[in-house]
Amino acid sequence: MSNNTIKKVALCGNPNCGKSSLFNHLTGLKQKITNIPGTTIDRKSAVIHIDGTQYQLIDTPGTYSVNPKSKDEEVALDLFKPNHPERPDLIIYVADAHNLKRNLFYFSQLSELNIPIILLLNMVDVSKAAGIDIDTARLEKELGIPVLETNARVGTGLGDIEKAISGTHFTTHYPFTNEDKSDIQLRYERISGLLKKIVHQKSKRQLITERIDPILTHPLWGYLIFLTLLFVIFQSVFWLAEYPMQGIEYAFDNIGQLLMDVLPENWFRSLLVNGIVAGLAGVVVFIPQIAILFFFMGVLEDTGYMARVSFIMDKILRGLGLSGKSIVPLISGVACAIPAIMATRNIENWKDRIITILVTPLMSCSARLPVYTLLISVAIPDVYLMGIFGLKGLVLLAMYVIGTVGSLVSALVFKFIIRQTRLNYFIMELPVYHPPRWKNIGLQVIQKSRSFVTEAGKVILIVSIGLWFLASYGPNPKTASVLEPTETAQLETSYAGQFGKVIEPVIKPLGFNWKIGIALLTSFAAREVFVGTMSTIYSVEDENNLVNIREKMTNERDPVTGKPVYSIAVVLSLMIFYAFAMQCISTLAVVFKETKSLKWPLIQLFYMTGLAYVASFVVYQLLS
Amino acid sequence: MVLTDIQKGDHVVIIGVKPCEIRDKLMEMGCVPGTSVRLSLKAPLGDPIAFDIDGYCLSMRKSEAAQIEVEHFVEDVK
Repeated sequence: MSNNTIKKVALCGNPNCGKSSLFNHLTGLKQKITNIPGTTIDRKSAVIHIDGTQYQLIDTPGTYSVNPKSKDEEVALDLFKPNHPERPDLIIYVADAHNLKRNLFYFSQLSELNIPIILLLNMVDVSKAAGIDIDTARLEKELGIPVLETNARVGTGLGDIEKAISGTHFTTHYPFTNEDKSDIQLRYERISGLLKKIVHQKSKRQLITERIDPILTHPLWGYLIFLTLLFVIFQSVFWLAEYPMQGIEYAFDNIGQLLMDVLPENWFRSLLVNGIVAGLAGVVVFIPQIAILFFFMGVLEDTGYMARVSFIMDKILRGLGLSGKSIVPLISGVACAIPAIMATRNIENWKDRIITILVTPLMSCSARLPVYTLLISVAIPDVYLMGIFGLKGLVLLAMYVIGTVGSLVSALVFKFIIRQTRLNYFIMELPVYHPPRWKNIGLQVIQKSRSFVTEAGKVILIVSIGLWFLASYGPNPKTASVLEPTETAQLETSYAGQFGKVIEPVIKPLGFNWKIGIALLTSFAAREVFVGTMSTIYSVEDENNLVNIREKMTNERDPVTGKPVYSIAVVLSLMIFYAFAMQCISTLAVVFKETKSLKWPLIQLFYMTGLAYVASFVVYQLLS
Repeated sequence: MVLTDIQKGDHVVIIGVKPCEIRDKLMEMGCVPGTSVRLSLKAPLGDPIAFDIDGYCLSMRKSEAAQIEVEHFVEDVK
């Protein structure tokens, strides 16, 4: 490999310094994301060409100091160790010109690593607007290294950066040398001394940020604006995602149909259509929601608003073992737990993050909606309370409340179970507001969607094929010759059907029969599969025909007692079960990917299913 | 006096951070002796609090702000 000869250039800086924008401007879609083994940190890098020479540009995580504050940060900072194979040949340090003092702290530490360094003063426009005047030429002279002015948001100064990279002779110069490297105060004193010479505060002008913040963190307006924004975002997510999701389902249905028509009837066709195509559809169908939710979250994050939301929510969530930063994943969980769990990366504190991951899937996600809709229509009478509030709607609302309460109470329980291994603090910068950087947001949406498809997708596909096998084959050799799992009788004799019968004694106290048992197994792939399985069991031709399944389920009688099988007690018990049970392999796959351990998805699977069992048991026994 | 004692409009200077687990973190974020601080925002329930630390906005919990010792800014200190 010629990799050893390519000069490695690391992009470093504090969070919110505009480093990622700059990286995106310099590299675009050429970026490669690799995971640092043993961590949840992704390292972005790209090979760029300047005057015919190749350079590998590495984006490092934004941090305030070389002293690691978490295990992940520790590994990320290993990059700078003297014999690390990826040790950069040049550091480009991006500093927010508006806040030079704190930004130069990490710079001063990095400049002592025997690695050549270039300083970029970013967002000079913001600092000028705030009345701060920086003498860049003087700074360059004082430090003895190249100092450039850029505006990464709009992409000015990029040519200068490329020139500086190719023009740097990769010789070392150390603008700061401390006798005692660990003395934070001494370091800051030196920086202050330097800044006195080069920074001139002309007039203290109030930034827009200082005018907006009192409104956005106001005890009334702050929460009201936040709730309104959420309402608008979720409405748009459901509304916007609906069409592409229907399109994806339609496309996969057609592909399946096409394969059914062309291929001869055998096990391979069944595997292809009911295992692989159905499994792929189950992965791809999530993409619109993931992409749209990440787009909106990206805008809120990028403008700086999200930090304010964490600020006003911290006190409320802290008592529950969460932090202000948990609010975004929790709320995203109402749409889909997958992007929600991916969004927990913003929580630096390990314990807060794990608890958030564990409880987020209890929030009522959109996949529960078809299950609730079917069950409510089967058993809840069409009556109105006080003439206006439909009982069906109220029950649905109650399911959302139950999910939220369940999630918050579970967080409280985990708070006492999980040990704090690292410092717990909430010391967070409130960045200056700026307009969204569409390119950053767009790239992030693409990268997150791609990582979901490639990583979680694998697990989902494998489990889908496993479920196909269980639903298609049975212990009785006669069934193995019947190859269409859509046949009711066939499903009954399959392994899945056997499973339903085997677990019947276990789920009997919850009011469930073996048919529901099959649906519990198959909907383990995704909750909404419940509706499809019920249609298959009750031989409904078109699974979208809710009325038909509803009629068959409503009319189903117990052969012994003659009473309706789907009584209010059974239906409520089943709804509670779906509210709490971890019936989603995609979520488990994402948790596995995000925590890099089997432990957490397993804990999640058992605690949620256990909770579901107990809650359903109580509901059924009380009502029947 | 510690940072939680200051009111909106007060102008104070940090004199030190008490020995605690988050001392280094606070200092790295710029809470070093001699730094001028103003109260910027209080979250609706009075906690966390955001301060203007020498030109940038840093939020922290009340318990964390209580570790930072300050005194009133006197104009002719330099």
